[in-house]
Amino acid sequence: MKVDVPMTRIGGTLLVTLRGELDDTAVTVIEDQVTREVARAATEGTLIDVSGLDVIDSFIARVISRMVGMVRLLGSNAAVVGIQPAVALTLVEFGVPMGHLHTALNVEQGMALLRRLHRDGARCG
Amino acid sequence: MALDAANVPGPAAVTIASEADLIRVRQVLRAEANCAGFGLVDQTKLVTAGSELARNILNYATGGRGQVLVEQLLGGGRPGVRATFSDDGPGIGNVEAALTDGFSTGGGLGLGLPGCRRLMDELRISSAPGSGTTVVIVKWTR
Repeated sequence: MKVDVPMTRIGGTLLVTLRGELDDTAVTVIEDQVTREVARAATEGTLIDVSGLDVIDSFIARVISRMVGMVRLLGSNAAVVGIQPAVALTLVEFGVPMGHLHTALNVEQGMALLRRLHRDGARCG
Repeated sequence: MALDAANVPGPAAVTIASEADLIRVRQVLRAEANCAGFGLVDQTKLVTAGSELARNILNYATGGRGQVLVEQLLGGGRPGVRATFSDDGPGIGNVEAALTDGFSTGGGLGLGLPGCRRLMDELRISSAPGSGTTVVIVKWTR
């Protein structure tokens, strides 16, 4: 299946933009390609922008969560940005656990969050 | 908002047999929720619950096939949307257990039924082993 995965490099950060209607195959293809790209380019940070998603059901949420986990294992800080308020409310009420993820309101604040995580990580490590 | 009976669209039926149908189900539910005058949050809840139930059919029903019927309701002057998901799959042996958080027949992921029930105003399941499953969800406008 051909899936266009919109990925942009901003300095050492990989920005992944999810949008439109995603079926399950598309979500897992994106997960695979993002993980490969993080490993290939050794990105310092990864932002997953979901502001273009009107719906995040439990499957999509689980894959996003798993993707963040894999990216972290590869040594890149990761954050999910731009969850729409109606989507956030639905996820919480449905009971999808996403509280363990780093999140930010938008890409700009996400970039600031990654810088902070990077700095703190450098200090601790 | 009062809905003129003449403006209420007819029921929409979608066959669920592939991942593309999952997206079709979301689109139909979104359109019907819009039509009933739902706010964005309730629209999102309905579409999300529908997406979960459609995926259950793809994953668990025999041959991954089933269908959903989406209808506009008018109850006590209040518009609403009802979606009836049905399949001829193996059925659910213990419906009460399936509506309990953490329950799963396999895979460890659960069916998402308790979550769907929290998102909806009504959720009813009729099922028996070997005779398929029907899940009816209803959401009313506020």
